[in-house]
This record gives sequence, structure tokens and C-alpha cells, in this order.
Amino acid sequence: MSDNLPKNNIFKVIGASSLGTLIEWYDFYIFGSLAVIIGHQLFPEDAGASALINTLAIFAAGFIVRPFGALVFGRLGDLIGRKYTFLLTLVLMGGSTFFIGLIPSYKSIGYAAPILVLILRLIQGLALGGEYGGAATYVAEHAPKNKRGFFTSWIQTTATLGLFLSLGIIVITKNILGAEKFGDWGWRIPFLLSIVLVVVSIYIRMKMHESPLFSKLKAEGNISKNPIKESFNNKANFKMVLLALFGATMGQGVIWYTGQFYAQSFLENTCKLDFNDSRYILLWGIAFATPFFVVFGAWSDKVGRKWIMLSGMLLGILFYRPIYQIFLDDTDYTKIEQADILSATPAPVTAVLMENSTDSLRTVSTQVRLRNGASFNKVQIDTVSATKGILLGKEIIKDKVLPTPVFWKFVGLIFFQILLVTMVYGPIAAFLVELFPTKIRYTSMSLPYHIGNGVFGGLVPFIATLIASFSGATPLSGLWYPIGIAALSLVIGTIYLSNKRDEKIND
Amino acid sequence: MNTLKKFLGLFWMVLGPLTMTFLFIQAIDKVGLTHTDIERTNTILQWAIILFVFLPISLGLMIFGFYAWKGEYENLPESSEEL
Repeated sequence: MSDNLPKNNIFKVIGASSLGTLIEWYDFYIFGSLAVIIGHQLFPEDAGASALINTLAIFAAGFIVRPFGALVFGRLGDLIGRKYTFLLTLVLMGGSTFFIGLIPSYKSIGYAAPILVLILRLIQGLALGGEYGGAATYVAEHAPKNKRGFFTSWIQTTATLGLFLSLGIIVITKNILGAEKFGDWGWRIPFLLSIVLVVVSIYIRMKMHESPLFSKLKAEGNISKNPIKESFNNKANFKMVLLALFGATMGQGVIWYTGQFYAQSFLENTCKLDFNDSRYILLWGIAFATPFFVVFGAWSDKVGRKWIMLSGMLLGILFYRPIYQIFLDDTDYTKIEQADILSATPAPVTAVLMENSTDSLRTVSTQVRLRNGASFNKVQIDTVSATKGILLGKEIIKDKVLPTPVFWKFVGLIFFQILLVTMVYGPIAAFLVELFPTKIRYTSMSLPYHIGNGVFGGLVPFIATLIASFSGATPLSGLWYPIGIAALSLVIGTIYLSNKRDEKIND
Repeated sequence: MNTLKKFLGLFWMVLGPLTMTFLFIQAIDKVGLTHTDIERTNTILQWAIILFVFLPISLGLMIFGFYAWKGEYENLPESSEEL
């Protein structure tokens, strides 16, 4: 039994499972981290904000199909075993990521570009739907009963580390190539690189053994004949699937994606921070907060899973709006006094003739440096009309670089948000594993996990950006979506969930 | 606590269809704004995705409410053997 597994073996199990899962998360997240650039590549140049929202919709499509992947691969995992199922998902994920890196742009093949990317994105979503439940189940079924939270929390670090890896590789690639080459073709490198990572992970996973609990069940001839039917046709089990979704994973999903994805999108697109600054802030925040997945996972072995997860949700509900208000206030450079300006360097004025018109667009750009160390680019695009003269356009302040104290303040605020992620996410694998019996565990736990994370969580950037684009909305309006969902989950979880741990999962 | 669980079940049963009605109204309203600046960020496709995704979830919330109303969550299983 797993309680007697040598310590070095359990760490081999965790290492091999985590590496593959980390790579799958990496594959899944590079798309989100490059949404703005990919939007320019996949859609017409004049698409403006709709290019970003359509790209976020394609990004979200990958999340939406995750529950279907959970059903398809969860069923396979409960029928043929955990090991071979998540080998298959790894191949599908790596292959589709690699091919996204090869898709020609809109300029070359028109709307075939976003359609092809959408198809590959759907395959990515299906593969991820099958991966996570398998890895969490596999590790939990190897872990001793009093350390299930601690050991599965290592799997929980992989999603955040996958995001960290994707951001790191993107920043390094961009800094090596420069912004222009990166926007042109360099963005493909992080996608193509995936194939190397996947080959390494497949090699490691091929050496893994099947889960001891599943092997025992198989030897006894007790594996489920129809896991989907047993999971969802059995009322006693189905009601727990619903409870897991509405009382835990739904709230956990929005906390995860607000803290790590919406935060980055908000800093880059709403606060107009510089590309590197917004990513460095997130990278530091992740680096400081990631160990807490293990802290809260281990703590949940002692005090139970419920209250740690629900506390994370409550803190998110209370603090999201004040935190994002600080982001807005501290990046507002519209009221700068002349005395604060150290230098203002104008760039050469450019003019581009508009399509089917005699008018042209004139771009006046000035690089401004402030005495406190901040800098930004002030851009004004005016219309030069042959008949009406110069029509002044709106001034945009972008590419903001923060002064050092504000930069670290932002790192602290992102760290706090990711700390909440570690509270809700660290214990959740153990919580889900303990909720369902071995023979239908892969299927049963995967579905609420992927609806909670894939649908409720994955749609945070898309829905929040959409809400913020409504007429009369403020930049903070989009936060009502994660706050509302987390509040609903907090109420249901508080009232209906039990804090008791099921110590015996080999049933 | 069991009475609260039970009566909140009614609320969850109503919340499911209410949410869907709200989303349908929002979809019609926002997609209908074809003459304004936000037309391009509120397309039929985007709202169709939202409705497609949240329709089965709101149905799930209704079923959850029904189970709560029937007292299915009064005594949760303490072991997966009880499932």
C-alpha cells in the first residue's frame, strides 16, 4: 500500500508527474501570455480591441472544452489506467502547441489562420482536461493518508510554475530578439520550443509504473465498466460532483485566474504598463508565492481543507477592488506637473495615408522621463484632412515603466493575490481525491475541477474585459464577475461542505 | 443548519433560471448595439459562447438546489465507500 512506499519513490512519482503537468500548463498558457501579439497576427490590422477580445475568446475556447477532455480522458483513465492516459494527453498537448507556432498569419491565409489556431486550441483544452485529474489522482494514490495534501500540493505548484516558465521564456526571447522581430516572428519560438520539453517528459513518464490502487483494482477485476455512467447516473456520487463544483472549484477557479491572468491583462491593457514590467511583476510575485502551495497543502493535512480554501475566497472578495484601484491610481500619469518631468524626447513624426481616402494619420510620439524614475511614451494620433485641416486625436500614455518603489509595491500586491491562489488551490487536489472512490475517481474529480477552472476561471479575462467594455462601465467593473462567483461559492462551501477528511481512499 | 441548507435549496433552484434570463437580456441588449462604438466587442459569437457555456451550468445549479431542498446534503458521506 502507498503508506509503505519508500520516500525516494514517492518523490520520483511526484517529480515525473509534476514535470509533465508543468509542461502542459506551459503549453496552455503561452497563448494567453501572448494574446495581444497573437491577436495582431490572426486578425485584420484594423480590428482594434475586437482582435484582443476575439483572441481571448479563442484562448477561452481552450478552457471551455476542458470539461469534455475530463470526460473523455477521465473515462480512459478509469478504464485503461492513469499512466497511459496522461501519456496520451501529453503528446496531444505538445503536438498542438508546436503546430500553433507554425500557423501562417492573417496576412498570408486570411481567416483560415484564426480557424486553424482555434482547432489546435481546442485539442490543447481537451488534452489538459485529461491531464490534471490523472496526475493528481496518480500522486494521491501513491501518497500516505496523513500527507495527501502535502504530496498533491506539488502537483498544484505546476500550474503556476507553468505560467512562470511561459512568462520567463517569452521575456527572454523578446529581450534577445527585440520587440520588432519578436512581434513579427519571434513569438513563435515559445510554441516551437514546447516539442523539446514534451519529448523529455514523455521519456520520463514512460518509466513510471501504474498507480498501486488502480493496479490492485484491476487485478481484482473491480475496475468500472462505465465510469461516466457510474459518476453521473449515481445520485449519491452526482450530488457530490455538484457540491464540489459550486462549493469549491467554481470559487477556486476565479481566484486563480484573477490573481494570475486578469492581473497581468489589467496591468498591460488597462494600466498600459510596459510589456516587460508587467511580466517581471508577475514573475516576482509567482516566485515569492509558489512555496505557499506546499505550505497550505501540508497545513490542510492537519486542519482540514475547507476553511483554508474558503478563507482564500473571502480575502479575494474583500481585497480585489482596493488592489486594482491602487493599480489604476499609481499608473495614472495624466496629472503630472511640469516640475516632475526630467526629460521629454520627441520621436520623428510619422504619417500614414488612410485606405480609400486622401486623409492621413499623423503620429506624434514623445518619450517622457520623470524625476522619480518612471517613464512612459506619450502618443497622439491626429487625422490630417485635405479639406478640414488637422483633427486632433486622443492622447494615449503607454509603455509605462514604474519607479522602483511602486514596482515593488505592485509585486507585493500580485504576491498577495497569488497567496490567495495558493490558499484555494494548494489543498484542492487532496480535497477532490478524497471525495470520490478509486474506480471512478479520475472521471468524477476531473469534471468539477475543469468546469470550475476551465469555464468559470478561464473565462475571467474574457468576461471581465467584455464587462469593462460596456458603456458606462469603469475599468474596475470587470472585477464583479470573479467577486460574484467567489461570493456564491463561499456561501455554498461554508454551508454545505464538510471539513472532515476521508483518510481511506483505497475503496 | 439543515433547515438553512434546505431552504437555500429553493434559492439555488430559482437562481439558475434567473441567471440565464439575465444573460439572455444582456446578450440581446449588447448585440443590438450595432450603431455604437462597442459593437465590435459585443458580437453574436461571443455572447453565444457565454450562453452555451452557462446554460448547462445553471441547469446544474437548479439540480443542486433540488437536492438541497430534498435534504440530500444534510448528512454528507464521511467516506467514499458510502457513495
